[in-house]
Amino acid sequence: MSTGWSREEMAARAALDIPDGSYVNLGIGIPELVTRFVPEGREFIYHTENGMLGMGPPPADADRDLDLMNAGKKYVTAVPGAAYFHHADSFSMIRGGHIDVCVLGTMQVASNGDIANWSTGAPDAIPAVGGAMDLVQGVKHIYVITQHTTRTGEPKLVERCSYPLTGPGVVSRIFTDLAVVDVTDNGFQVVELAPGVTFAEVESKTGAPILPPA
Amino acid sequence: MINKMYSSIPDAVADIPDGATVMVGGFGASGSPIELIHALIDQGARNLTVINNNTGNGDVGLAALIGNGQVSKMICSFPRSSQSRVFPRLYKEGRIELELVPQGTLAERIRAAGAGIPAFYTPTTVGTVLAEGKESREFEGRTYVMEPWLKADFALIKCEVADPLGNLTYNKTARNFSPLMCMAAATTIVQTKKRVAAGEIDPEHVITPGIFVNRIVEVPDPVHEDTLIAEGRSYP
Repeated sequence: MSTGWSREEMAARAALDIPDGSYVNLGIGIPELVTRFVPEGREFIYHTENGMLGMGPPPADADRDLDLMNAGKKYVTAVPGAAYFHHADSFSMIRGGHIDVCVLGTMQVASNGDIANWSTGAPDAIPAVGGAMDLVQGVKHIYVITQHTTRTGEPKLVERCSYPLTGPGVVSRIFTDLAVVDVTDNGFQVVELAPGVTFAEVESKTGAPILPPA
Repeated sequence: MINKMYSSIPDAVADIPDGATVMVGGFGASGSPIELIHALIDQGARNLTVINNNTGNGDVGLAALIGNGQVSKMICSFPRSSQSRVFPRLYKEGRIELELVPQGTLAERIRAAGAGIPAFYTPTTVGTVLAEGKESREFEGRTYVMEPWLKADFALIKCEVADPLGNLTYNKTARNFSPLMCMAAATTIVQTKKRVAAGEIDPEHVITPGIFVNRIVEVPDPVHEDTLIAEGRSYP
């Protein structure tokens, strides 16, 4: 059986689908890798919820500025032309539909576009939502990067999410280690298979009906 | 002459009573007014409701205020993080209440309070468990939930430069919720790294106009939460 795309290859594949000049918000984890694979000739401007457009790569330790962090509370830099603003402006950019693309990780994504990525709903878990619910409702295009299955082999692409939703019907495209999958009116639709991966393998690891590449 | 400067940090927080609602600026470590929070620990007010995006880290600052048993309720969007131990422990023991608010809704509820708008509609949380029990309404074919303003008795804020009128500027992403909280609290208390004379901040560059600020103390070399945690410090 194939191994499909690596984390880096998934991020690179997602980056290919982000148009030049996009304002982009990246979730924590694999989505953060997108910055390393911006296609030649394109420029993305990165937004971070805690108040900056024009977020740059992490600094060397010696150059760290304790007042310059991203939404994941990691130290970052500012590119030339960056702007700082307060939280209400930052979420006006999100909720007001000004951010073009948001790339998120997830626990589950459903064939109707529902996403569940903030809570397992376990009774002893401490709920923490951050800006996820604002992002999925406000950003124009919601992309998901995720392994096709959990570590224990359970499908993450499902018919209906069993975990509490972050938002209903918001995801448009999913990049997994096995395939690029669109959410369509007819459910999941494979648009591209990772090299060496068969549609039968993708179908067997998906927890919902899925259509082969056209 | 208007002069909002206080010479002593303890004096600036002396009248925060038991049961007060207190907004605390900062997002994680950046912008956290550590000296003002530690003064509130020394002052000892209890049964506080605290509004912040998080619940503090390590055993300093906001986490220390919570750990000292002074906070009965947190209103925040993200109550846990890798360095957050105090709140999770008290929450699991049932000793502190949590109101979970999505980050953008939290910011807008605070802004609305400062702007005199008692409620607003947002798409955030529609179709999720966090919308349960909330009033909803359709606009142009889309459903939105109503969210109320969020006021406070006091705000504790860290800024970079202040003048005696209360005009403020911030440093980079340390700004975050602070300008909103200055607007929403009945009494806004600010610690500034640098104090300048009125007129030295270019009026075009003022971020928080002085009308939203009541008290300012100069803290020229403020400690940073991450530095204290790296040094293994705790407070008191």
